[in-house]
Amino acid sequence: MSSDDLKIETKTSGDGAEAAVGDKTRVLVCEGTGCVSSKSPEIRMALEKTVNELGLGEKVEVGFTGCHGFCQQGPIVVVEPEGIFYCRVGPKDAKDIAESHLVGGEPVKRLFYRHPVTKEVVPHYRDIMFYKKQQRIILRNCGKINPEKISDYEAQGGYQALKKVMSAMTPEQVVEEVRRSGLRGRGGAGFPTGAKWDVCRKQPGDTKYVICNADEGDPGAFMDRSILEADPHTVIEGLIILGFAIGAHQGFIYCRAEYPLAVKRIRIALQQAREKGYLGEGILGSDFDFDIEIFEGAGAFVCGEETALLSSIEGSRGMPRSRPPFPAEKGLWGKPTVINNVKTLASVPVIIDRGADWFASIGTKTSKGTAVFALTGKIANSGLVEVPMGAPLSTIIYEIGGGIPNKKAFKAVQTGGPSGGCLPGTKLELPIDFDSLQEAGSMMGSGGLVVMDEDTCIVDVAHFFLSFTQSESCGKCVPCRVGTRHMVDLLEKITTGKGTEEDLAKLEKLANMVKQSSLCGLGQTAPNPVLTSLRYFRSEFIAHVTDKRCPAAVCRQLVTFRIIPDRCTGCRQCVKVCPTGAITGPRSQPHNLDQEKCIKCRSCYEICRFDAVAGEAIIIVS
Amino acid sequence: MTVKSSFGVLDKICERRKDLIPFLQGAQEAEGFLSPESIKLISRRLKISENEIYGVATFYMQFRFRPPGKYNIKVCLGTACHVGGGQNFMEVMKINKNLCHGETSPDGKFSLERVACLGCCALAPVVVVNSEVHGRMNRVTFMQLLESLDPSSKAEELPETTESPG
Repeated sequence: MSSDDLKIETKTSGDGAEAAVGDKTRVLVCEGTGCVSSKSPEIRMALEKTVNELGLGEKVEVGFTGCHGFCQQGPIVVVEPEGIFYCRVGPKDAKDIAESHLVGGEPVKRLFYRHPVTKEVVPHYRDIMFYKKQQRIILRNCGKINPEKISDYEAQGGYQALKKVMSAMTPEQVVEEVRRSGLRGRGGAGFPTGAKWDVCRKQPGDTKYVICNADEGDPGAFMDRSILEADPHTVIEGLIILGFAIGAHQGFIYCRAEYPLAVKRIRIALQQAREKGYLGEGILGSDFDFDIEIFEGAGAFVCGEETALLSSIEGSRGMPRSRPPFPAEKGLWGKPTVINNVKTLASVPVIIDRGADWFASIGTKTSKGTAVFALTGKIANSGLVEVPMGAPLSTIIYEIGGGIPNKKAFKAVQTGGPSGGCLPGTKLELPIDFDSLQEAGSMMGSGGLVVMDEDTCIVDVAHFFLSFTQSESCGKCVPCRVGTRHMVDLLEKITTGKGTEEDLAKLEKLANMVKQSSLCGLGQTAPNPVLTSLRYFRSEFIAHVTDKRCPAAVCRQLVTFRIIPDRCTGCRQCVKVCPTGAITGPRSQPHNLDQEKCIKCRSCYEICRFDAVAGEAIIIVS
Repeated sequence: MTVKSSFGVLDKICERRKDLIPFLQGAQEAEGFLSPESIKLISRRLKISENEIYGVATFYMQFRFRPPGKYNIKVCLGTACHVGGGQNFMEVMKINKNLCHGETSPDGKFSLERVACLGCCALAPVVVVNSEVHGRMNRVTFMQLLESLDPSSKAEELPETTESPG
């Protein structure tokens, strides 16, 4: 196929899609994992039913999309072409949407998005601050297309990059284009992608493999899941281009078993790509054969590490190997293998399509393109955020995220999951890219961004991350296996009020040792949460150690629960939920809390209704 | 060359081993857990020793060796869920049902697992019952959820819970 043919084809397919969109009003229900758990398929069915009953079938099309990345507001329904954005929709709202909006032309105001802090009501998708400040390249199709229809992806320019590669480029040119774009691996370490491909391409031998690493194990990160659920073809296209560039004929997508919907959508997408001739023998009439197999992980965090992932596909215990040799030289079954993250591969088709120079013009000097973050925790708008590299943390937290809810104060932001660190308020203006985060003691990691307010205890968070990495340590090397265990023990001592100053020094020394001497990335980065907390929030550790108090009132052994008699109305709600019967007292009279029996489970604190006049009747004191 | 000609054999072994984890997943899908019989079958089929299969299977969190309860409860303890109080649910299960991670209640009704992250962080804290996701939970709604799954237990629970588990 010549490049001229391609141009014509692009044009016609584009026109066709526009005509279809222009004719009909489209009601799109989000069916990502988040919205599905809030019963979005029921909403779609209710909408379809009402639309049919009202005889709107000719004018209105009800469909679904993948994740919009704004799961907190889910289930989300978008009405195109106006771009009206409904959130927190229930199956019962279907009737209102159909009758008021689709028939009467009057959108349903009560379902509009309302800013959690400013309370401003925003009817249009494009005006919502959360989306307005983002630059979506990797997530470009998420929430826009039906992930189970290849034609939707093609209408957005999908598989054009593959056609371009197959018709007009050599493998060397593809690698060079990616190298020039400055793309770095989105999995965490930020290794230059082009360089990795180049090493693998130059390896001798016919058998090579390419793998998409979708073993997104970091707690707090869910962008890979969203991309695979909302736009699986982008990743598949990227993987085919990678296969062509290095001369591989077999690809794997290693996906977590905890993401059943993503696995299902990849399966559908692979089947469609095979039918269309994008996969299989003689792709697009060339002599290039390539196919992709999906491999479901079995729930081991360490398998996100590339060499452990290889062991897992080979059917062994998922333990890392020492490098070198790097997988690009000796990988799966000893053959040269390139392993790239989902987001890296999702960037490849755009780079080929729009050119390396365009991609390199976005971002900072050393980190090109955009970064995707999963913004969660104590934040008004939580969801997936894509911004150019180098955007300051404050933009993400305050402008896109909308700040901290409930009038609480910002305390810290945790980047990079269990391999990253906690950064304080003084680092909010830090432009985030691979290198600046590393300098601050944290890392990009998989892109988790957890915001913490004054009610979060930093020592507890450090303890949480470390117990996670400790339990996920594969046990191969001693520093990680034994070192992290001792670190967890020390942190446990501190959070229970038994720690000493000496323990802090010991903890720091041990952390540095584990960091320097572990075999793989898991152990090398596991101490980061502890080291950064010690660096930026030492005073909180000191409070736990010397004053035996927890400033955020989180660490159980260091707090007591009290009932304020003047505020207690005697409603008996807390008596009912107390699992140990520690609260007693007759109705309408202030209750009594027996400290001996109290296990500090917070049940009473959570159920105690806020009294507007007097404030909370149950308080926690440290 | 002898070494080279043995490569074909090696390839075959690799091919067999590659199927091990998918086979184990299939067996668990069918039975709900990995029974000694299914491990034996897989061992014969793939010509990998049972010992080795157990070695691989125990490494991964996904595999269990005892049948799950009627309601398999997965408590997410990812970062967002931890900050939101996910640990409370583990505690409720311990206090109310006397279950820890990986255990099944004697009556076979409940089993409990903790998972690292389900990727529904915007709905934190999250609990999954069988395959249904329940988001934005708190201790009270979680206890209500348990009651709705097992209405008979409510009456029996009270006397048990009056004694402090320490």
